[in-house]
Amino acid sequence: MRWPGGIAAGLVLALTLGTLGAVAWRAGFALRLGPADWAAIRFTIWQAALSALVSVVLAIPVARALARQRFPGRAALVTLLGAPFILPVIVAVIGLIGVFGRGGILNDALGLAGLGPVSVYGWHGVVLAHVFFNLPLAVRLILQGWLSIPAERFRLAASLGAPVGRLLEGPMLRAVAPGAFAVIFLICLTSFAVALTLGGGPRATTVELAIYQAVRFDFDLGRAAMLAVVQFALCAAAALGLRAAGAPEALGAGLDRVVEHHAPGGRMLDALSVTLAALFLMAPLAMILARGLPGLADLPGGLWPAAARSVAVALGATALTLAMALALALRGGALARLSMLLPLAASGLVMGTGLFVLLHPLVSPREVALLVTMLVNAVMALPFAARVIAPAVAQAEAGHGRLADSLGLHGLARLRWLILPRIRRPLGFAAGLTAALSMGDLGVIALFAGDGQATLPLLMVRLMSAYRMEQAAGVALVLLAISLALFWIFDRGGRVDAAA
Amino acid sequence: MTYRLHAGLALALLATPAIAQDKTLTIYAPDYFASEWGPGPAIREAFEAQCDCSIDYQTGDLLPRLKLEGARAQADVAIGFDSTEMKQARETGLFAPHGVDTAALTLPIDWQDEVFLPFDWSYLAFVYDNEALEEVPSSFEALVEAPDDLRIAIQDPRSSVSGLSLALWADEVFGEEAEEKWAALAPKITTVTPGWSESYGLFTEGEVDMVLSYTTSPAYHAIAEEDDTVSAAIFDEGHYMTIELAAQLKGAEEPELAAQFMQFVVSPEFQSLIPTSNWSYPSALPKAEWPEGFQSIALPKNAIWLAEDEADARREDAVEAWRQGLSR
Repeated sequence: MRWPGGIAAGLVLALTLGTLGAVAWRAGFALRLGPADWAAIRFTIWQAALSALVSVVLAIPVARALARQRFPGRAALVTLLGAPFILPVIVAVIGLIGVFGRGGILNDALGLAGLGPVSVYGWHGVVLAHVFFNLPLAVRLILQGWLSIPAERFRLAASLGAPVGRLLEGPMLRAVAPGAFAVIFLICLTSFAVALTLGGGPRATTVELAIYQAVRFDFDLGRAAMLAVVQFALCAAAALGLRAAGAPEALGAGLDRVVEHHAPGGRMLDALSVTLAALFLMAPLAMILARGLPGLADLPGGLWPAAARSVAVALGATALTLAMALALALRGGALARLSMLLPLAASGLVMGTGLFVLLHPLVSPREVALLVTMLVNAVMALPFAARVIAPAVAQAEAGHGRLADSLGLHGLARLRWLILPRIRRPLGFAAGLTAALSMGDLGVIALFAGDGQATLPLLMVRLMSAYRMEQAAGVALVLLAISLALFWIFDRGGRVDAAA
Repeated sequence: MTYRLHAGLALALLATPAIAQDKTLTIYAPDYFASEWGPGPAIREAFEAQCDCSIDYQTGDLLPRLKLEGARAQADVAIGFDSTEMKQARETGLFAPHGVDTAALTLPIDWQDEVFLPFDWSYLAFVYDNEALEEVPSSFEALVEAPDDLRIAIQDPRSSVSGLSLALWADEVFGEEAEEKWAALAPKITTVTPGWSESYGLFTEGEVDMVLSYTTSPAYHAIAEEDDTVSAAIFDEGHYMTIELAAQLKGAEEPELAAQFMQFVVSPEFQSLIPTSNWSYPSALPKAEWPEGFQSIALPKNAIWLAEDEADARREDAVEAWRQGLSR
């Protein structure tokens, strides 16, 4: 079936390039880059490359440890390690400052050891935060690579006494790591919210931050459109460059289920890797909990309606994203690949503003505020969902496609009997990712929301602008809990009867 | 007022309580203004009690939205402009004269604008914990020369009006030397946040010693939290004034209600709601009638006020001096 993929691609193109076109058409377009813009472009590329490199390098030992060791609580740990990636940025910053800030536990510990305080603010703060957000993604992507090595190959290698690392793991990493680097590099290219508070000053200005300034403050739409084009160009160049360097490929087919694959060596090293990663990723979560608990006693009115709105938007976005990702994966081809990548290069703010420009003559933006938020969230989450789903679909097709052909399985029947049963785990993971990412999104709703339409992140911002920092921290904790719960439910649902 | 129901997700999410009154005054306002914790709800209640109408707040970025919608804007009144951006607001050409007698205003400066009506104001100031900070700078110059271990959070002039006001403040105080002074301040500036609330959050968390805020911030802590440890440093050079404004739209569907609301803005009833809901000084209420927590906070001796053309003309250079100074 190719037509659903065509529709999905059309939707993605309309929401990314179409909305950009609408903004450019409204404002006029000219490519004028000042010295400050060039500085922003340089910083953007540099910090993204560094963040991606550090994330992937750190992820390899953690993923290997998780792949080859079995220990109690491993499944829970895998889920929890995924938490930072889906953490709303405004919530995460509370946690990061709680750990790495001046009054954070790291500096307390350094102080006890007689060492001077370290500052988290500056370019290193941006990289630290990006690694915090993206290390879990890198671990998951690489872990999936490990788990995709069929168990019988490990058995075969073991029976031949062949070196597992050189024969199986090396090629797998060479196939998977560039893809993980590419995805994280692209995410960090367009991320800006992190740089906002931890960046320390104008030196840490990214292109997306400049877009934010142009849209939200100067309201210079021509400039916003120009910067969005620059961002697309940057991402396109990055994507092409990384494609040339070798795109990840599907590995040979085997049994779907993961079994104990090989002699678990290096227990000490593995334990150390997992412990350090868990500390790095969990400590900020613990700080969010600690800061948020006092606020729970005094939660604001309007919290639960806002939470219900956020959950509804998240679930709607999830359904749409999964449908699009699946349709694109089944369609395949260049158009599908482009659609899976394009939203990474898009600016949510430009998308929101473009939709505003397009919809305003037809309908009051307020009436469709939550619908628009859902649409934008769905498209923005698509690259992540598709990156998880597409390889699984390809693998199912590669492994069992010919068998299905010989049985005459086509269309929905093929989906039902061939694809879906084999992609349950990635599908659940993708759904969890999308739901959680959508829960925490603030950008778009702030442009549109009317009276009584606040989502949880917007509620947090409102509390903070009214000096109510403690209540805001309480709402942050609720937001964190719901995001994690949504992720856990979907991910769990996907992993039922898969060996976790 | 009829409610057309849309199918699908929007239906369940957009449910708004039906209101019986037949006339609606539509007010565009910033998010903080209309939120449960801003002045909006109390103002709505007070006005609805006297107008036989209902107020509908539409929230979001005020100026961007008006620029985008242009003549199609549905607002009768827009409230919450910052005086630093008055020129940009005026240039939209969307507003009508307010017709209110400005003699009732109690601002430290003379105000006669026919279009923009002040509803509250404050002074920009660096706020600190008076139990923790020992050496409090008594001037902007002293702040620049303070030891480098002082930690300050400020806002980005490219994304927040308080940050922009700070850049203009420094430009006014230091003139040609502004970039040098920013460079000297740079080691003390722990971080620059996009908006006020992120900076203020860092201050309440104890991450920074001082934060760019307002002279009225201590009143919040004193009144709402019974905490007297927050103070604003008063600088000899004078303090940059921020005035918040309301305006009536030319294309208002309810011009009479809009005019009535503009009169209401300077009434004692509206004005007495301002201090403890928007944590700023009322624009038309004598100091003797301010709440106690506001009377006791220190006031700067000099107000720095830039007329709109001047603020607009100096904006670019002031922001560039800030950027260059902090990028060294």
